[in-house]
Amino acid sequence: MTSSEGVEASPLLSVRGLTKLFGSFAACNAIDLDIGHGEIHALLGENGAGKSTLVKMLFGVLQPTAGTVSLEGKPVVIPSPGEARRLGVGMVFQHFSLFEALTVAENIALSLDPKTPLAKIAEETATVSKAYGLPLDPSAHVADLSVGERQRIEIVRALLQNPKLIILDEPTSVLTPQEAERLFETLMRLKAEGRSVLYISHRLEEVQRICDRATVLRHGKVTGDCDPRQETPASLARMMVGTEVAEVQRADAGAFGDVLVEVADVSVAPRTPFAVSLKGISLKVRAGEVLAIAGVAGNGQSELFDALSGEYPIAQDDGIRLRGKPVGRMKINQRRLLGAGYVPEERHGHAAVSALSLSDNLLLARSRSDKRAFLAGGPLSILRRDAILSASRRICSIMDVRKSGDDPAAGSLSGGNLQKFIVGRELDRQPAVLVVNQPTWGVDAGAASRIRQALVDLAKAGSAVIVISQDLDEIFEIATTIAVISDGRLSDPYPAGELSLEQIGLLMGGIHEAHSGAEAAHAH
Amino acid sequence: MFEAILLTVITASTPLVIAALGELVTERSGVLNLGLEGMMIMGAVAAFATAQLTGSAYLGILGGILGGGIFSLLFGVLTLTLVANQVATGLALTILGLGLSGQLGESFVGMPGIRLQPIVIPLLSDIPFFGRVLFSQDLIFYMSVALVFGISWFLFKSRTGLKMRAIGDNHGSAHALGINVVRTRYLAVLFGGACAGLAGAQLSLVYTPQWVENMTAGRGWIALALVVFASWRPLRVLAGGYLFGAVGIGQLHAQLLAQSGGIAIPSQLLSALPYVATIVVLIIISHNRRTTLINTPASLGKPFVPDR
Repeated sequence: MTSSEGVEASPLLSVRGLTKLFGSFAACNAIDLDIGHGEIHALLGENGAGKSTLVKMLFGVLQPTAGTVSLEGKPVVIPSPGEARRLGVGMVFQHFSLFEALTVAENIALSLDPKTPLAKIAEETATVSKAYGLPLDPSAHVADLSVGERQRIEIVRALLQNPKLIILDEPTSVLTPQEAERLFETLMRLKAEGRSVLYISHRLEEVQRICDRATVLRHGKVTGDCDPRQETPASLARMMVGTEVAEVQRADAGAFGDVLVEVADVSVAPRTPFAVSLKGISLKVRAGEVLAIAGVAGNGQSELFDALSGEYPIAQDDGIRLRGKPVGRMKINQRRLLGAGYVPEERHGHAAVSALSLSDNLLLARSRSDKRAFLAGGPLSILRRDAILSASRRICSIMDVRKSGDDPAAGSLSGGNLQKFIVGRELDRQPAVLVVNQPTWGVDAGAASRIRQALVDLAKAGSAVIVISQDLDEIFEIATTIAVISDGRLSDPYPAGELSLEQIGLLMGGIHEAHSGAEAAHAH
Repeated sequence: MFEAILLTVITASTPLVIAALGELVTERSGVLNLGLEGMMIMGAVAAFATAQLTGSAYLGILGGILGGGIFSLLFGVLTLTLVANQVATGLALTILGLGLSGQLGESFVGMPGIRLQPIVIPLLSDIPFFGRVLFSQDLIFYMSVALVFGISWFLFKSRTGLKMRAIGDNHGSAHALGINVVRTRYLAVLFGGACAGLAGAQLSLVYTPQWVENMTAGRGWIALALVVFASWRPLRVLAGGYLFGAVGIGQLHAQLLAQSGGIAIPSQLLSALPYVATIVVLIIISHNRRTTLINTPASLGKPFVPDR
């Protein structure tokens, strides 16, 4: 594989010393990258490793601070996405740059030669989408399409410009496994045509399956350049995560206490057309246990969190029990009063109000559960500023939240620091049960390790912790028990020591085996 | 009788249609210009003044377009270049426009105006019933009809119109595609201002050919409501404009009726009707997520600052 690349006179894309500074922060630091003709090249890294920044520079969305980019041996400057397209670089964004009010054909027309008539574009869209196995109706409004179909528009749009290099930014994070399969087939077809693909992902199993080479980024620097098929998931993960991160002291798997959370055969119909239905979810978490729920995004994680937290109470009251009490129909504040804590996935706008100060955000989450501490005057509910502020300061110092000023707006904190605060806000109450969704999404490695340690410590102190995460490294670091969610179904729980990365990958991908296994278990 | 009513309705509706069409283009690009009333009154005073000073009503039209256009340029600089809040800026410019036009037009108060003369189109104007009304109108009326179909074609058939709708839907993505968001929005704002100026010119050259302070009398606000009522579609602006215009005429007649001791329909009720109708349309649109997504410019009123 590597030797065949040497035959080419020069690689398709060659990047040397590419650097992007945001203020004094180096999102990308002296990146070197080579992509050969007809090669599927993986760009691996954790959230915030600089993957997106790098490809935005390659696509002309951002301008590099330093460094050079060469295409087929010729140095190029890419001032705009339009120029990138002219040079033969196409891109499919993670967050689609589509216009919901416009039709498929109109969306595609916007990025093509303005002289091509719309009717011809509609025709070509239909042809190309059929040829690559990505069926699309050119006259449909984007607002009416599913996420997978929207991604197809982006791919077809890139293909219509006949690109030499197609950049895909975490394409499978929004896809169902079936849609992902289809995408892989399309990628293989592109490779067979001699086009190159830069495939951004942090899913090791995918990368090992379809990619010829991999470049690993961490903290904006290249930490590995390898053939992913020659590596083990562990060695790839080490390149992604690094070694200097403080090791999390895991809870002891032996000594679990009483069952604190019990979910018995809960099914929830989807609330919106885009939601996943939960199908027969059952789980038990005991004191001292950290149950991690792994799975590809969009397989029912947020719906499960909503049901567990009571943001959307469920129909069967005894479907969920907290410390033995049925709570299925209770709302989140009532469940908090029973000693539960919840940390949702979205930091801004869900877990915290960006424009409000940290102390205000603390009060918003805990005004009911800590009424006595934070509010005075009974029905008057007068705010006890001193108590709220000192609790907020306590959380910041325990969780090492770095902030500007004493009580800054939540939005002024970096993602990692705000996440530390949000998790700390719940931990401060010493909840008997804590449910966390994506605790370290987009958080730097140091903050992530701090948060993980805090979760483990909470379990050690005798609480039950449920962590919903897509980050397998994280799951292996902290979980005592692991279950996998896939298409709204939860697998049987496995003790963490008995599962390998490969097995989890199988459970995440091979829905059918996992599902039939779970059903067989139910039958008995 | 029928002709007379139709004639007054056309005269009352034309400025609403023109101002709303301009605002429709502005809003389709994602900019909410609440200064419409101010642009209109600036157009009205500029048109009247130009006509007085040159003796030509046609130059007056040009003056009105320039007056509204230049005033909207101020709005553009404030909201697009300096990224000021669009709602606050629009409101401020409405107040500024009303005051400034009163100041500028002080010497014209009470002067007899120069009326824009109708252009009779041969043959077509001989059609019975409506021929004389529709085809012996002034230039501004013909322009309003041409604008409806021209803008309809521009927005939904031309590539530039597509880009403009794309910017209005999602300016971040449009920028990522290499579309010049700020320049396009400047052009849309200028066009909207020019249309508002033209609508103002109609008021001071056709509707009541004289200069009266505050002579727009809230028509800018009705035009703003009309854009929403028409769910950002030019042909619906035409239909809605005539509906609102007819309601306005009905309100006048209701007052006369009440004064002469006839049936008393509260005129306040009729003057509230366009806004009530707009709220009803808003409720219908908002009821369904899909119709909202497809009809409403999603980035309307949001400031755009490219990240680079």
